[in-house]
Amino acid sequence: MKNILSPRLGLIILTAGLLLYPLAFTGAFYRDIGVTFLLAAISASAWNIVGGYAGQVSVGHCMFFGLGAYAPLLFYNLWGWPPLAGVPAGVVLAVALAIVIGMPTFRLTGHYFSMATIAVAELIRIFTGTWTFVGAAIGLQGPATGRGWWDLTFRGELPYYYIFLAVLGVLLAVTAALERRRFGFYLRAIKASERAARSLGVPVRETKLQALALSAAFTAVAGSLYVVKTGFIDPDSGFGILVSVQMVIVAALGGAGTLFGPLIGALILIPLQTTTNSLFGGGGSGLTYILYGGIIVIIARFEPGGVLDLWHRAVPQRWRRAHAA
Amino acid sequence: MVMVQVIVGGLLLGAIYALFSSGLTLIWGMMNFINFAHGEFVMLGMYVALLAVTWLGGGPAVFGIAAAVALCALGVVIYFSLIRHVARGPMLAQILSTFGLALLLRYSAFYIFSANFVSLPQSSLSGTINLAGIYLPVAQLVAGAVAIFLTMSLHMLLTRTTIGSKLLAVAEDRTAAMLMGIRPDRMQALAWGLSAGAAGIAGALMATAYPWSPSVGETFGLIAFVVVALGGFGSVLGSLYAGLIIGLIQAVSAFWLGAIYKDIVVYGLFVALLWFRPQGLMGKA
Repeated sequence: MKNILSPRLGLIILTAGLLLYPLAFTGAFYRDIGVTFLLAAISASAWNIVGGYAGQVSVGHCMFFGLGAYAPLLFYNLWGWPPLAGVPAGVVLAVALAIVIGMPTFRLTGHYFSMATIAVAELIRIFTGTWTFVGAAIGLQGPATGRGWWDLTFRGELPYYYIFLAVLGVLLAVTAALERRRFGFYLRAIKASERAARSLGVPVRETKLQALALSAAFTAVAGSLYVVKTGFIDPDSGFGILVSVQMVIVAALGGAGTLFGPLIGALILIPLQTTTNSLFGGGGSGLTYILYGGIIVIIARFEPGGVLDLWHRAVPQRWRRAHAA
Repeated sequence: MVMVQVIVGGLLLGAIYALFSSGLTLIWGMMNFINFAHGEFVMLGMYVALLAVTWLGGGPAVFGIAAAVALCALGVVIYFSLIRHVARGPMLAQILSTFGLALLLRYSAFYIFSANFVSLPQSSLSGTINLAGIYLPVAQLVAGAVAIFLTMSLHMLLTRTTIGSKLLAVAEDRTAAMLMGIRPDRMQALAWGLSAGAAGIAGALMATAYPWSPSVGETFGLIAFVVVALGGFGSVLGSLYAGLIIGLIQAVSAFWLGAIYKDIVVYGLFVALLWFRPQGLMGKA
């Protein structure tokens, strides 16, 4: 994206495309794909802050997603509050959990961190499944019909699409701002070599903790958005390992640690996933996850930099320069 | 008396945990590499045992060896086609490679064998014996004993033989080992073969005594993490003790708190371990 067109032109085309998409494709099927795509892009971009930029590969980000998803419906079920009121609570819980997780596990790096995140996420999933206060294995249900606009239960997909798009815009703007600041350089230094970064005076643990907290906050927002749209959550769709898997694969496919990588990844993966689901029937057969696994292995083996990296190498430098003018 | 039975049952299952976890710890010790697909290897070992019984007939010796050989071959193939290329690459690629492999194997198994629970047909190992008032299924007893024997054999192989010394030499310093005329690639492929083979035969042993479905791989993978974290990363003997301890803890907590809580207890223990003692209880600091 960065080099093929002038950055500003590319950004304008991308923004216009995303803004106009649901107006050009008015069918419910296409709009649903659009909303699914945005949600995947938001979750993966949130993961990207700690998993991509800081290089701390969390495979348990579903714990933050699930907190963000459970809080709104818990507030609704307890006191009849609009789900929207639970969103800040979900974010606060996710940040608190991020700090608790981050303090001990960030002494652990690499594989240890990944193992710890999986274990905590599984622990929470199993625990949620046995806790009747949050609906145990059955889960929680949101308002069936909206009591007003504040319940955010719209009949069509269009309002969701633009709300999700706005959140994605904010998230990418925050990430872009961080990328250029000292914090962004710290993250990349930690990714390259934690020891070297520390010896140069980078406050490694604080930086990683801040990155995890920020990432957790946005992941929780993604969970809230998911639940506001679907109006239903259970342990597997909130805290299931496949939720984490999708974030990782979308970010890695596009290019982990790049601003637009997760967006590109979602742009490729979501249509692909919808196609396989409609070709082979969703759910049961699990072909989608076979595909996921295959894609992850292929990225890891051949293109750890993701599609964006491949693009940058494949398009010759000279051609890019001529067209960037 | 019931309590004694619970404890013995837990230890016997723990012996099998020890066997497959020793495979995970071997790879970790050799290459500083965590195999997220290790639980899936155990699961595949169970299905290989089922297929071997269906197609070849014969007893536990036949399907046990079939599972060991098939998984050993798979481990070597995976090493040469995937692991060798990512092992010294970026951390993201290392983690994603076996993580993707786990998904691929797990959902392929769902696709081929369906999500239903299956078990091996009744074999020569069916029936229970009465040991001083404790009733034990013969299958569990044999599986546990064989698992302990094999884990000890792996420990002996690593510490008492030339091959073991070569493996440890590569683990210690790849370049120095190469200068001594050891081929690191061969040794690491061997480690992957041994590791996957141990997982496969553990799966076959477990299949004699317990029913399973493709989803067990995820659970076993996590249990292997817990065992390795407890026993110390890279120590086969540590895995043996830790496996027995985890089996015991699981059985006792299932008995006292109810079956759903046994995994909560074990994963909670894991998180606490990583929190307070990341080098493992018996590991070096």
